[in-house]
Amino acid sequence: MADQLQTGADVKTAPPAIDAPDAAPNGGPTSSSAPVLSTENVHVFYDGIPAVKEVTMDIPRHRVTAFIGPSGCGKSTLLRSFNRMNDLIPSAEVTGKVLYHGQDLYGSGVDPVEVRKHIGMVFQKPNPFPKSIYDNVAFGPKVLGMKVDMDEVVENSLRHAALWDEVKDRLKQSAFGMSGGQQQRLCIARALATNPDVLLMDEPCSALDPIATGRIEDLMVRLREEYTIVIVTHNMQQATRVSDRTAFLTVELDEQDNRTGVVVEYDETEKVFSQPSDSRTEAYVTGRIG
Amino acid sequence: MSTDSPPASSSPAPIQLSRQKARYGERVIVGFLIFCAVVSVLTTVGIVVALVGPTIEFFREVPITDFFSADEWAPFFADASFGVFPIVVGTLNVTFWAILIGLPLGLGAAIFLSEYASPGTRKVLKPTLEVLEGIPTVAYGFFALTFVTPLIRDNWPGFLGDPPGIFSAGAAGIVLGVMIVPTVASISEDAMSAVPRSLREGAYALGSTKRTVALRVVVPAALSGIVASFVLGVSRAIGETIVVLIAAGNTPNLTFNPLESIQTMTAFIATTATGDIGVGTLEFKTVFAVGALLFVITLAMNALSIWLVRRFREEYE
Ligand SMILES: Nc1ncnc2c1ncn2[C@@H]1O[C@H](COP(=O)(O)OP(=O)(O)OP(=O)(O)O)[C@@H](O)[C@H]1O
Ligand SMILES: [Mg+2]
Repeated sequence: MADQLQTGADVKTAPPAIDAPDAAPNGGPTSSSAPVLSTENVHVFYDGIPAVKEVTMDIPRHRVTAFIGPSGCGKSTLLRSFNRMNDLIPSAEVTGKVLYHGQDLYGSGVDPVEVRKHIGMVFQKPNPFPKSIYDNVAFGPKVLGMKVDMDEVVENSLRHAALWDEVKDRLKQSAFGMSGGQQQRLCIARALATNPDVLLMDEPCSALDPIATGRIEDLMVRLREEYTIVIVTHNMQQATRVSDRTAFLTVELDEQDNRTGVVVEYDETEKVFSQPSDSRTEAYVTGRIG
Repeated sequence: MSTDSPPASSSPAPIQLSRQKARYGERVIVGFLIFCAVVSVLTTVGIVVALVGPTIEFFREVPITDFFSADEWAPFFADASFGVFPIVVGTLNVTFWAILIGLPLGLGAAIFLSEYASPGTRKVLKPTLEVLEGIPTVAYGFFALTFVTPLIRDNWPGFLGDPPGIFSAGAAGIVLGVMIVPTVASISEDAMSAVPRSLREGAYALGSTKRTVALRVVVPAALSGIVASFVLGVSRAIGETIVVLIAAGNTPNLTFNPLESIQTMTAFIATTATGDIGVGTLEFKTVFAVGALLFVITLAMNALSIWLVRRFREEYE
């Protein structure tokens, strides 16, 4: 495990087994297990200006953690620092530590490609590849060189994403012929196919109707058994329905009038929504500011 | 009366939905745009019409079977032979080497610019490449004759036999290949940069390397633009005249050997048409027949590429 993220480390075999020795004896997750991700004083800058600052938080294993907060407070920015997606933006810079099972994702010698094999991501806007439904799901396992029965992986992933029954007769058709909700579930299936350890979801339901949203929420609750999930959402009900812990972020203005996101409160979801300890959280979750 | 009655109760004036003013400005613009479109279509039609007449007359004098079966191209000898294959093969010979050099280099440059280069590098390289497109072809011709050919001849490995002569299809092909690199690279790069970032991010998020993203996501999604750049590049190579005249000699020669001097269809047309030939003579008609064949070959290539694109492209919205 220790050097799995290093450049050149070959994780070619299916699932990147992360069998944490700290799981409870009965197999079920416990709140006392070590965090999957933990950040230490993380700042993210765009063009040298901080977009998020001083984030120190633990993301527990096999739990759904929600990020809420007003638009522009840096939820996506913070989420993208968890799988080094910000590396793709030339102007972005991350400081501090993001420890993944104790290993700093930004440490020297860590290969972002390896990181992303373990930490998958689903985006706000469905972004299927212009390929067939089958090829979309098979893409990840193929490029990772996973030696698996591809038909089986595709079927399992689509079943997991509650999409199999709708598409099983048209796997060879283009993913672009699907509805937005189906495309988003396809993107989730695609992310599941590589069997990641952590799934980051940035407003996965923002483009979807309530029925499709309901499906994806059910999905998250089920996926929690096997994956650690971090979700960004603007929908308070969604946060209360699916998440175990919630982080509330908001924007602070500094002396130079730079708008920087900070984590105001991070606690059990129930507590954040019923007895928030910060007045800004209370104002936000009760809908007095938005 | 009108002041104290509430506005709702007064019968409203009918809302004016018909056009208020004739939009002359718009009509003028539309008219001009139609004119532009018509000019280009008419030019094409005009070329076809101009080619057809003399070509038909040519085939009245020379049997079409001779044209396509005789293996010697010597139209102006006393003992004339009108087998067109030597100069068709001459064109294909040169074009083959141009494709072999130009398309991979062009596509490679496009992939580098679009996927690997830093924004700063890209900002410098892209315009440079586009300036290269504007270099006059006669400069490429002399580049071939005075630089590439001597370079090849001086460094020729002995075990390959005799070095090529001053004029060779290979040297012309190599330089044509270099010449089309900017065209291919620039148009392919445009197509690849137009692929939405969200597709790339989707692939990266699955643990793809840069190479995977470039080759399995970006290139397939940009395929129609890439093929368009290939067609344009190859068309330029097929149609190029000066470079082959200068570097490949002007000897009809039925060979795919890059070391030999050859004549291409365009070189034949250019040399013959610039000599003094009378309108209506057989020489005159020969030029048109070869021109018509060149036109058909180019057309077939374009049709093939359209079919290829339809068949293989991965369309994103
Ligand atoms: N690529 C970028 N370059 C420069 N600044 C950026 C970039 N992406 C985001 N920002 C800035 O960083 C701040 C945080 O953006 P971010 O997208 O993380 O917010 P968010 O909380 O996800 O908002 P939303 O809820 O609207 O998605 C914003 O002020 C935004 O303008
Ligand atoms: Mg966002």
